[in-house]
Amino acid sequence: MKKRAQFDKVSLSFETPKGRLNVVEDVSYDINDGDFIAVIGPSGCGKTTMMSMLAGFQKPTTGKVLFDGRPVAGPGPERGVIFQEYGVFPWLTVKQNIAFGLTLNANHVPTAERDAICDHYLGLMGLSDFANSYPKHLSGGMRQRLAIARAYAVKPQFLLMDEPFGALDAQSRSNMQNLLLKVLETEGKTVMLITHSVEEAIYLASRIVVVTARPARIKEIIDVPFAYPRDESIQERPEFAELRSHIRQLVMDEYRAQQAQMRPVSFSE
Amino acid sequence: MNGAGLRRFGLGLIPWIGAILLWYAVRWSGFVNVSLIPAPHQVAAKFFELLTKEGLLIDIFASTRRVFLGVALGILVAVPVGFLLGWYRPARTFADPMINFFRALPPIALIPLVIVYFGVDELAKLVILFYASFFSGVIVMYEGVSQITPLYIRVAQTLGANQAEIFRKVIIPLTVPHILTALRVALGVAWATLVASELIAAQRGLGAMIQNASTYFLLDVIYVGIICIGLIALIMDLILRKITARLLVWQDRAIA
Ligand SMILES: Nc1ncnc2c1ncn2[C@@H]1O[C@H](COP(=O)(O)OP(=O)(O)OP(=O)(O)O)[C@@H](O)[C@H]1O
Ligand SMILES: [Mg+2]
Repeated sequence: MKKRAQFDKVSLSFETPKGRLNVVEDVSYDINDGDFIAVIGPSGCGKTTMMSMLAGFQKPTTGKVLFDGRPVAGPGPERGVIFQEYGVFPWLTVKQNIAFGLTLNANHVPTAERDAICDHYLGLMGLSDFANSYPKHLSGGMRQRLAIARAYAVKPQFLLMDEPFGALDAQSRSNMQNLLLKVLETEGKTVMLITHSVEEAIYLASRIVVVTARPARIKEIIDVPFAYPRDESIQERPEFAELRSHIRQLVMDEYRAQQAQMRPVSFSE
Repeated sequence: MNGAGLRRFGLGLIPWIGAILLWYAVRWSGFVNVSLIPAPHQVAAKFFELLTKEGLLIDIFASTRRVFLGVALGILVAVPVGFLLGWYRPARTFADPMINFFRALPPIALIPLVIVYFGVDELAKLVILFYASFFSGVIVMYEGVSQITPLYIRVAQTLGANQAEIFRKVIIPLTVPHILTALRVALGVAWATLVASELIAAQRGLGAMIQNASTYFLLDVIYVGIICIGLIALIMDLILRKITARLLVWQDRAIA
């Protein structure tokens, strides 16, 4: 297995007015070519920070983050990112947003093909009727789908997705999950996905990294035993339920640990 | 004009009518010496007299041109300077006190120096207006630019944008709103500074007209001058607002 990305004893702390804040601590794991890694852990624990080191926006304080064997020096189009805050460009229409990456020199997309690619993703994301609208007219879920379309359109080999389906209703969410699985099947990507949904992690990922409350350390790395291609029927399997309750337990423990950190005074008990 | 437009126009008219009524009311109330307040209709009559016999249009043109040039040059310099100050935090910490120092100086206080260094011709008046426009514009620019979030730049980077593409496709669109605001603020300040700039031996211009009238105590002329300045400033602002609305259709504003 070819290693695409490696976290090697990575720690990161921020200098804040209140002192040093350790956000990521001694994290090591590899992401191999074709892996689908899901990262799950309590809110504010450092998942986004971990991902942004691989995306190239943060440097580890100690340790190394490697991509294709080299230390990550900055962002690049081979690592597509879907940001937690979407970051759709408000000054561009929906279609222009999707076309943005296609018009950049780095992606070498011939002008003649751009329109067809845009229309393809507009259709997939159910945004065709809004092609010429500005993002101010879109709902939160539509903006999220637009951010996904824009990232998919340039076909990065490696996808970093930060809670990409968080704002979607249950139907579009499972729609988007299945679409992602299909895209992976045809385009063979490597994915790192941050999610709060245990079901989503099991359904999509080949490996699940459960992280602790801040500072984020590795609590457990779990191999998901289902082969690809997957469909929704695996959610009915007993192994799925077992895995789910195991991971839920882990996440719940960390959530409690975090609550205890934040609120020394307990209201119950 | 459609129904809604007509209504808005009507609503916009109400405060003006109110102001004129108040003007008459103050005059008739007896609290103020009537000779100190020309009536609105007298001012209107004076306006037409100046317009037809005294070449008021020449004054309006002279002043508008000064303001226009002063603002254009001021903003032309304020945009790149303000952009750099907003973009590079160290530059800003460095220049911020300086800019606030110069901005606080009232242009009138600078007139003697301007006369010494730039003479009493058109250039001197332009320098005053440039000064006023530049310092008001540069602050708006750098406050605005320093508030641009890095998120959009990051998104562009992950899509493969190089430095030039980021500048052209992300930073410029995000800067345009601040340029337009700077322009509007500078225009307002420049009109407010006009009278001071025309203190410098101006032959023509609305400010010059007001000053000449004050030596002869021609109150109605002063009123005409003041109202002209206000009206032209208002019209320019309206035009700029229309342009802004056009350019920034994408912005999520409470008021369209
Ligand atoms: N640039 C920064 N400077 C200082 N502190 C930061 C910075 N970025 C993040 N933090 C802090 O680091 C912690 C982890 O943030 P992060 O965004 O990685 O959490 P997260 O796990 O993604 O949370 P969520 O699930 O809510 O998105 C938070 O406490 C946050 O306040
Ligand atoms: Mg996050």
